[in-house]
Amino acid sequence: MKVLVCVKQTFDTEAKIDLKDGKISDAGINMIINPYDEVAVEEALQVKEKGLAKEVVVVSAGSDKAVEAIRTALAMGADRGILVKQDADADEFARAKVLAKIISDEAPNIVLAGHVAADDGSSQVPTRVAEILGWPHINVATTLEIADGKATCNCEADGGNQITEVALPAMISTQVSLNEPRYPSMKGIMQAKKKPVDTVEAEAVESKAKIIEFALPEAKAAGKKLEGEPEELALAIADFIKNEAKVEIKK
Amino acid sequence: MAGTWIFVEQRDGNIRKVTFEMLSEAQKWGDEVSAVVFGKGVAGLAPELAQYGAAKVLVAEDDIFAEYNTGAYVAQLAAMIEESSPNAVLFAHTFNGRDLAARIAQKLELGLATDCLEADISAGKGVFTRSIYAGKALAKVEIASAPVMGTIRAGVWEVTENAGAGEVVNVDVKATAADVYQNVKEFIPTVSARPELTEADVVVSGGRGCKGPEGIALVEELADLMGGAVGGSRASIDSGWLGHELQVGQTGKVVNPTLYIAAGISGAIQHLAGMSSSKFVVSINTDEEAPIFSVTDLGAVGDLFKIIPTLIEELKK
Ligand SMILES: Cc1cc2nc3c(=O)[nH]c(=O)nc-3n(C[C@H](O)[C@H](O)[C@H](O)COP(=O)(O)OP(=O)(O)OC[C@H]3O[C@@H](n4cnc5c(N)ncnc54)[C@H](O)[C@@H]3O)c2cc1C
Repeated sequence: MKVLVCVKQTFDTEAKIDLKDGKISDAGINMIINPYDEVAVEEALQVKEKGLAKEVVVVSAGSDKAVEAIRTALAMGADRGILVKQDADADEFARAKVLAKIISDEAPNIVLAGHVAADDGSSQVPTRVAEILGWPHINVATTLEIADGKATCNCEADGGNQITEVALPAMISTQVSLNEPRYPSMKGIMQAKKKPVDTVEAEAVESKAKIIEFALPEAKAAGKKLEGEPEELALAIADFIKNEAKVEIKK
Repeated sequence: MAGTWIFVEQRDGNIRKVTFEMLSEAQKWGDEVSAVVFGKGVAGLAPELAQYGAAKVLVAEDDIFAEYNTGAYVAQLAAMIEESSPNAVLFAHTFNGRDLAARIAQKLELGLATDCLEADISAGKGVFTRSIYAGKALAKVEIASAPVMGTIRAGVWEVTENAGAGEVVNVDVKATAADVYQNVKEFIPTVSARPELTEADVVVSGGRGCKGPEGIALVEELADLMGGAVGGSRASIDSGWLGHELQVGQTGKVVNPTLYIAAGISGAIQHLAGMSSSKFVVSINTDEEAPIFSVTDLGAVGDLFKIIPTLIEELKK
């Protein structure tokens, strides 16, 4: 079996966001693998370590710099990488088209990808890729079991959890609670340098959605910070709840 | 190309509030608003949908729609869109809503704006405001493919009553068993008498500062007094004090209540991502330097174990 993982390079989740010339500035920002995709990489490695797969391939669509995210995944233990060079302003439709093309060429048995990216928060790409491929998809998986040509996941659903089974090949999009990603070892980092990474140009796909403006949210006006005896503080909060927030109390 | 369709989020006939929020807001765009509902025995929901402005209620009734499943829902909705060409189709940004919307968007080769906070929809065009970088920035996205598609965050729009005709239109069932490719073996509902986090008007969250189940019990008692939901930081979820579905933040839920109370939560950027758009924030923290205070309307520097019991007594008065 072959496992393919889609990874996106994103800003560190601690990053402070600034605008420059009307766009999000990446100056001085530490770049990481999208944390949800990092979980997908870890899961792929565990599938391989269980002897269920022979190869873990990591694919990223993005700028030249995204190769760093691929190298990190290789350092964690993935076998090889593919960088698909694509414009930063490609939308989810264009990203999905390009990734689906690589996936059909690679013909893996299972594709893992984070269910959402920490930067644009759009949670579309894995779902769209599955649709292009005509594959089943399990969204927001918190466990994964593979047996008898099927994948079974516990996944988050509205109002609860559900256990869903699909036939392979399938797309599984991962929630962060799926596992605890390993840190690359020194040895892993050295080995990653020698692992193959192919670079291909993305086919031209016209985006359907266009960002026309970026903005920063209005900073919240500084509130009141009270110090004093616990009783006084409790009274002040009770007053705020009843008279400012106007919350009804159920006695 | 006419009409705004609102896809109804419901389970067992209970409609989620975000559906009413979308129906209410959609009145502003001047186009006829239809509610689209799939399920088993759901035609009876029409009067409730009409109350918030649905002129029509497009109903697809079949056993195959009894529970959400991607394949059947996509087949049905895509066929309906192709037949009727609505101007816009909006979904709730829930697990099901975003799964369905993204799959439909790809099938029909459309743009889609997800997790939107604002929408301005006109003939053939939609401009959506989305929160990006976990709420640290905003992006305006223009969708010009038809129909315009978006998923909307719960709690950002007001619910307003606005009587619509609610004319029930039974649509032909187009999905077949062959469209179903997911075998949902079991659904395990979260059993809670409290409101759903993303829809609650009041959320009381406890963090590591709660130190254990006793601290969390105080948070729960306070929430119950206000009919609120209970949430937590990752620290309290990871410690096993609260279920993972109650995590607030970047990797948890984004909440939008009128009142958010943070007890023993430091206010890490990933936590703020899930609660900073709350209308009023009250924080209780022993550390006067805690970052949570920067997004707080009323902060109390002190020990939650001393403050919350008195607060509970005071509210009960
Ligand atoms: C990729 C990524 C995603 C993440 N996603 C999330 C997420 O979705 N949600 C989330 O919450 N976190 C998330 N985190 C974790 C986040 O960075 C913080 O570690 C976490 O929010 C800390 O939780 P806390 O505030 O409860 O704990 P701490 O930061 O340990 O804060 C505890 C607070 O309690 C106060 N305190 C202690 N005793 C008392 C007392 N008796 N009375 C009152 N106050 C007291 C302390 O002063 C302190 O401020 C994420 C991290 C990463 C890297």
